[in-house]
Amino acid sequence: MSAPADPINPAAAPTRRASLGTPEGDDVFGVFDPNTARRFFAYLGPHKKDFIGSQVAVLFSAGAQLSLPLLIGRVLDSAVKGEVHRFHQSLIVFACAACAFAGMFFVEQWLSLRLANRVIFDVRRHMFAHLQDISLSFMDKTHVGRMMSRLQGDVGSLQDFLESTTGAVGDFVMLIGIAVVLVSLNLRLGLLTLTVLPALIAIRAIWLPFSKKAFRAARDASSTANSALAENINGVRTVQETRREQVNFELYAEKAQDNFKAQVGAAMTSQIMVPTVDILTGLAMAVVIVLGGEAAIGGGIEVGVMVSFILYVQRFFDPVRMLSMQYTVMQRAMAAARRIFEILDVPLAITDKADAPPLTAAAEPTVEFDQVTFGYDPARPILHDVSFKVKPHEVVALVGPTGSGKTSIIALAHRFYDADRGRVLVGGRDVRDVTLDSLGRTIGMVLQEPFLFTGTIEENIRYNTPGATREQVVAAAKAVSAHDFIMRLPDGYGTRLGQRGRNISVGQRQLVSFARALVADPKILILDEATANIDSFTEQAIQRALKVLFEGRTCIVIAHRLGTIRDADRIIVLNQGRILEQGSHDELMARDGLYRHLYTSAHASFDDQVVAVTGDAEFASRT
Amino acid sequence: MPAVLSRITGLALRYPWRVALTVVTSLFATIANLALPRLFGRSIDEAHHLLAKGSAGSAAATHTLLIIALTVIVATGARGFLTMAAGFQGEYLSQKVGLDLRLRFFQQLQRLSFGFHDRVHSGDLITRGMLDLEGARSFIQQALAPSLSLVLQLGFSAYMMIAIDPWMALIGLSFVPVASFALGRMGFLLRVAWLRVQQFQSQLTLIMEENLQGIRVVRAFAGRAFEMAKFDAAAKSVLAVQYERLTLRFKGLAGMQLSYYAALGALLWYGGDQVLAGRMSVGKLTEFSIYMTFLQAPIRQIAMIFSTAARATSSGARLFEVLDLEPEVADAPNAGALSAGDGVLRFEGVGFAYDPIKPVLHDITFEVGPGRTLGIVGPPGSGKSTIANLIPRFYDVTQGRITIGGTDIRTVTLSSLREHVGLVQQESFLFDATVGHNVAYADPWADDERIEAAARTAQIHDHVSRLPQRYETRVGERGVAFSGGQRQRMSIARGVVPGPGIVIFDDSTAAIDAVTERKVREGLAAATRAKTTVIIAHRLSSLMHADEIIVLSHGRIAERGDHASLLAAGGAYAELFELQSRAASGALEPAA
Repeated sequence: MSAPADPINPAAAPTRRASLGTPEGDDVFGVFDPNTARRFFAYLGPHKKDFIGSQVAVLFSAGAQLSLPLLIGRVLDSAVKGEVHRFHQSLIVFACAACAFAGMFFVEQWLSLRLANRVIFDVRRHMFAHLQDISLSFMDKTHVGRMMSRLQGDVGSLQDFLESTTGAVGDFVMLIGIAVVLVSLNLRLGLLTLTVLPALIAIRAIWLPFSKKAFRAARDASSTANSALAENINGVRTVQETRREQVNFELYAEKAQDNFKAQVGAAMTSQIMVPTVDILTGLAMAVVIVLGGEAAIGGGIEVGVMVSFILYVQRFFDPVRMLSMQYTVMQRAMAAARRIFEILDVPLAITDKADAPPLTAAAEPTVEFDQVTFGYDPARPILHDVSFKVKPHEVVALVGPTGSGKTSIIALAHRFYDADRGRVLVGGRDVRDVTLDSLGRTIGMVLQEPFLFTGTIEENIRYNTPGATREQVVAAAKAVSAHDFIMRLPDGYGTRLGQRGRNISVGQRQLVSFARALVADPKILILDEATANIDSFTEQAIQRALKVLFEGRTCIVIAHRLGTIRDADRIIVLNQGRILEQGSHDELMARDGLYRHLYTSAHASFDDQVVAVTGDAEFASRT
Repeated sequence: MPAVLSRITGLALRYPWRVALTVVTSLFATIANLALPRLFGRSIDEAHHLLAKGSAGSAAATHTLLIIALTVIVATGARGFLTMAAGFQGEYLSQKVGLDLRLRFFQQLQRLSFGFHDRVHSGDLITRGMLDLEGARSFIQQALAPSLSLVLQLGFSAYMMIAIDPWMALIGLSFVPVASFALGRMGFLLRVAWLRVQQFQSQLTLIMEENLQGIRVVRAFAGRAFEMAKFDAAAKSVLAVQYERLTLRFKGLAGMQLSYYAALGALLWYGGDQVLAGRMSVGKLTEFSIYMTFLQAPIRQIAMIFSTAARATSSGARLFEVLDLEPEVADAPNAGALSAGDGVLRFEGVGFAYDPIKPVLHDITFEVGPGRTLGIVGPPGSGKSTIANLIPRFYDVTQGRITIGGTDIRTVTLSSLREHVGLVQQESFLFDATVGHNVAYADPWADDERIEAAARTAQIHDHVSRLPQRYETRVGERGVAFSGGQRQRMSIARGVVPGPGIVIFDDSTAAIDAVTERKVREGLAAATRAKTTVIIAHRLSSLMHADEIIVLSHGRIAERGDHASLLAAGGAYAELFELQSRAASGALEPAA
């Protein structure tokens, strides 16, 4: 595509800096791996009856189906020969076989499809449960989208495989059955016709890699075009603001054209198989007609046998085709299963000890760090030898630049991670010695970015405290100044929040998450103050709400606002994973340390300042 | 046929030669296919006849059989190639229609105004552009083309069977209406059931996705059991609707199989009797039974045809609904390019309402010229951003008018207007592309110097320089994550690149800390010295230096003046100033 001359700067090189969308790149096909297969088939264990039943049914239905052409031949043959009794007998047998086939086919289908859906349910549940227990450092590194494609796409590939696998067994039985029947009907003619079979298999085997390549190209092209479309839709306002319509259309048209070509190419590749198979089938039929015909004339074989032959020859290819398709499905399932097991194999770092007792309600609400060293990558510790103790009902503010270890401290207190060295104690007990569930009920947490679930406001405030009454919910909302805005919403507490609460503002979401913490009523509260610049009006409400939240609780706050910091009983100043200084606001101001320096140069927020002082630590710590 | 389906068909008819080719190849493929049973029948009769005459092994017999065999090879070969050609043409046509629809849909989305994009969720549009488009496209290849070959096959074989023996034809074909009904109904119901499965499935998806996104909340509240219970309930309802779907499938297939075998059995019985009585040759009966097996495959496709047609009807409707919309904001018929004149931007008694019952702006009047800055402040929902969006005509005013250099902006072309007006939004969208591509978004031909200069102005250059591949580093989902403030600075840089005459900053520094913001502002002041500037913010330090400041309240101008006079007036502005100074730090002056 040629770039038009730049109207603003005609001397500029005509290179266009423009792109649109990128495809995702999971491998589609995998090779057979006995270990993966074994693990996968272990999921069939609990549904043994369905599995065995479906396999038995498929044998019977394949057998019945196999007998039908034979029976048609017998009917015709007896008619030709005028054997009335045999004619009627054959007809009855035919009817029985047809009914048996239909019946068995249904049993097979029902059992195998039900089995597939049940196994898929188990696999998905197992994965989901595992993700609930998996260490957060794994979750941090993995995109949610990627995880969803495991839970959806990969599990779906397994379902496809399971749903078709019983059918494949049937096809295999059919193929063997046809061969056996043909040879036993007439050895010479049977063997001659069967020579087509290896040819069919060979051609199919040669064709398969090409078809896979074309399939993959088509899939990639369509995913490229779709991701470009999605990106343009998500950024459509920017596109219109910057008048990028024409450029983006050209970029997209190119991708759409490529997709068209790839799809047509894939269609060609798959269609080419049709005449190949037909010619081979034609050859086999010709053999039957010439040799079978001569033999029939010579009285060597019966007319009915010849008819059966012709009927069977036509069915040759179906099982071959189905089996090779199943092979592809199997390969996709292999790739999918391996990715699924990759997740299931992520070890659970943080689990309850075998006989861990719960943290009792009687325990004092204290948090203590005893010489804690910790790093997401143990080779690069974020926290070095940190010790401090938070007394009952004390409010402690953590202050420090990005990457100084504030977030790690609160994550360790809640046992999202385990310390590499040293101990974290809550209520005087090592967090590793009590149950996670009781720890979660003792320590409440309000995150920096309030995450709300799809559902009503009331459901969100009551999250995981199902015993809370409507009155408690309303009281909590009132306490954190959320009641007024909630009542202004169309359905009050029953207002449904859109995805992630998009229909209310960030500040309002924050207030709802405060109410949620208040309803759960933890004895210890950990709060990561929002950095987002919230409008002055909501900001005031938030400041008021914080005071309510802190009341009568032990609190650790990652504070960004000077007001919050000043109100804390104690301030811990962190830098590069070590405690630099601590004390009350006045004590720290009296000392000529980092805190005083920061305070005097800061305006609305503390952190960005510190980054300027200590250098940009963000990348060092996050990657 | 529903209107939607005729419309999709109409799209295919725009390629008449391809359509003709598809029809002709299908026709001949059918003929070749149906010649085969006849050939088999003849060869059987031939063999039987010769056997009866006792002329076994004669050269004539061999000769006849050889000819028939050759014809079979030719016929199967022809059938194969013609079927391939027909299949390929069908696919080609449907992909061509798919391509046309894709391009039209893409262009339409770019044309449709903000008002449309406000109402329609982006996820919904993506679904329409991907799944619904696919649903409409596949109608041609999975319903239209198979129906053609179904009709041809059915017609031809019925003709041939009737020509041989009308009674037997009647018996043999008796399964067709029963099976068609059973399968057609099944196809249709399966589609409905499939939609239900999808619905429950997306419920499950939502639960899983939210759980993973909110995993910290889940853990913070020790909500494992609660979340597992949610998952189980949703996953079990998926299972239940899947069972319903399976049941439907079995019923349909049962109808098909039983009616088919019943007809075949009856045919063999009746035909066999005829053969026994010597009224019919065994070859004819063979021919009949082979016709029956041949018919099985196309009849089976009825289910697919119906479910594809049902899908295409709803998908196509959703697609065409978007394609048929007219953008609310469009060029006037005789619109010319904007000539900025004196470059003064004027609002003359502007009123605006997204929803006619609830007006958002009332009687807004102001003017701001080159080299001057207008500040707009007000509580959330007071209409600040609406003013910003009216200037590049993302919406049209419902009262009064907006002029630039004295020309009503509704009388000029959108592209010339938007070229003149740069808007930096609060929520900046970064594309999944390199930093350089993102900064140069509005002007993909910008050279390195300009991109770097823009990044310096927006105070993002230093950060970019530290990235692994500097301006070639990928941003977005599959690249480096940027913080809110960094994103905003990127989008400011993007706004600076093209250099329009009017620049609007809509709360575009909200996430940037105060010190950096001051640097950005200083950089921008130099870059926008000769421009008409509108700054919208709730942080007063961002706009207190403006030549005029407007305080909005409930869509009306409550106060106006410069910083000093507004403070002196002691109204809402002064109150807000006091509030923000206190919030920043009691002792310190607000950022200045």
